[in-house]
Amino acid sequence: MRTPRVAGRICYLRRPMADARISLEQVLHVAKLARLTLSEQEAREMQEQLDAILRYMEGLDTLDVSEVPPTFHSIPMLAPLRPDVPARCSDRSEILAQAPDSQWGGFAVPLVLEVE
Amino acid sequence: MPDFPWQSAFEIREQVVSGAASAVDMARAYLHRAEALNSTLRCFLTLDYEGALASAAQVDRARRDGKDLGPLAGVPVALKDNLCTRGLRTTCASKILEGYVPPYDAHVVDALRAAGAIILGKTNLDEFAMGSSNENSAFGNVHNPWDLNRAPGGSSGGSACATAAGLTALALGSDTGGSVRQPAAFCGITAIKPTYGRVSRYGLVAFASSLDQVGPMARSVREAAQLLEVIAGHDPRDATSAERETGAYLAACDRGVRGLRIGVVRDLLEGLQDVDVRSAVEAALGALEKAGAVLVDVSLPHADHAVSVYYLIATAEASSNLARFDGIRYGLRVQGEDLAETYTKTRAQGFGPEVRRRIMLGTYALSAGYYDAFYLKAQRVRTLIRRDYDAAFERCDVVCTPTTPTAAFALGEKTSDPLQMYLADIFTLPPSLAGVAALSTPCGRSRDGLPIGLQLVAPPFEEERLCTVAQAVEDTSGLGDAHPAALA
Repeated sequence: MRTPRVAGRICYLRRPMADARISLEQVLHVAKLARLTLSEQEAREMQEQLDAILRYMEGLDTLDVSEVPPTFHSIPMLAPLRPDVPARCSDRSEILAQAPDSQWGGFAVPLVLEVE
Repeated sequence: MPDFPWQSAFEIREQVVSGAASAVDMARAYLHRAEALNSTLRCFLTLDYEGALASAAQVDRARRDGKDLGPLAGVPVALKDNLCTRGLRTTCASKILEGYVPPYDAHVVDALRAAGAIILGKTNLDEFAMGSSNENSAFGNVHNPWDLNRAPGGSSGGSACATAAGLTALALGSDTGGSVRQPAAFCGITAIKPTYGRVSRYGLVAFASSLDQVGPMARSVREAAQLLEVIAGHDPRDATSAERETGAYLAACDRGVRGLRIGVVRDLLEGLQDVDVRSAVEAALGALEKAGAVLVDVSLPHADHAVSVYYLIATAEASSNLARFDGIRYGLRVQGEDLAETYTKTRAQGFGPEVRRRIMLGTYALSAGYYDAFYLKAQRVRTLIRRDYDAAFERCDVVCTPTTPTAAFALGEKTSDPLQMYLADIFTLPPSLAGVAALSTPCGRSRDGLPIGLQLVAPPFEEERLCTVAQAVEDTSGLGDAHPAALA
């Protein structure tokens, strides 16, 4: 059985996925892009599930759609414009009340820049 | 007139308007019933005693003052918990929004309040409306009132269950790929997925923005039609809201089907494995023909690809929409060493397995090197699916299929295999991708006594036609006033 390395530690696949449509490395890369963390167990499960879904989706390859335009929106419409009329916006304190942390009238976040 | 709790929205309004019953008493009765049955059904996440009774008192006061009362005066309505309600927590059945209290009402909530409706509370759903069984809720699954061991469907399972079980007269759900129609079919009620753009999405927490629509759910076609009339219409706060006049949906229920052409997707019907579903649909078609409709064969040659297309497009849009849940502005925050770790820890703990899976699939489909092969290709095949309907509607007025391949499946039956769960949506996905109008209404029972739904599909903005045909199905189905026995 292959023993791919994940996050510096060895993990064992339940079955070899040599012909997997998505590799474990890709799963971990996509998780990073999506700002998600997956445990080794979760990453392996995710790989198996995505592999099954992607295999099913290969059915789309039976269609030649190179000449077919895409439908990004089902109902054709132009971006509408509305009159530029001033209106009341939401109350700041009401919005900040929903924030996990707020200070001085703004959202508080962990340090982004190192302070000398 | 049926007794509480099975009376219709029209009967409730009539009692309130005439003074035979007060809106406050009515609201209290439904709230008590909901509270009593919720431990069994788990269809409500929040019951809003205070808000509901205050709205009801307002209706009673307006009546005493001789003011005009709205079309839903005193009528209890349940809202799927992904519709924002000012001052009332809105969780999307997710831990990441567990304590979120929106500072504004969704457009449909504004419309309900203006119509005099009483909002009882917020109903359970699959987390962020992602699921077909309601088993993806972070706060426990909903049970099907017809058989507590079965799924109510999803993702608007709480709204469907509450309506079918008489915990409310009406409910709103949201439908991205079948999320009002499939639970309506499983729970034996009627639900409408309006044309994309017919109902404002303002204040509906976004899942897949090119597909999401808010839809009415009710125990009868007329009630669903009335509710659609209340929530439909242009709203400048949603840039995709159509500038179209709202139809006369309630009046359309009484038009009769004589001369209407009903499109039958013959190969789909003949390919059905489930004989109960097939015979229920065939019986409904026979009854429509007897009532004067004309059956014509149509085909949807690309409908088979709808599951692949949908689960690429919807997940891609979801991965983008759900990027906003980062632990900074609202909801859960799990503090990390730095900002990046705060994001990942918050999202890893806040999102459940199905939401994470869909974010992963969508991110993959959009990522460098895969966009053309997956996302763009799916959008091209979507065009073929839309053209299938264009061609079908040249031959017929309404396309008719089952809503689901089977009646309600058992709880736990499909949870270990996401692909099997996705395939349960095969009939509701094509109309969503095409953006057309669709409706599910009960057309029969399985041998186990479970409801079976008929799906009707009409061209964009032709919801009136759906109401006309659905009313004929309701009139001829012989299902009468049957309710879940255990809860009567």
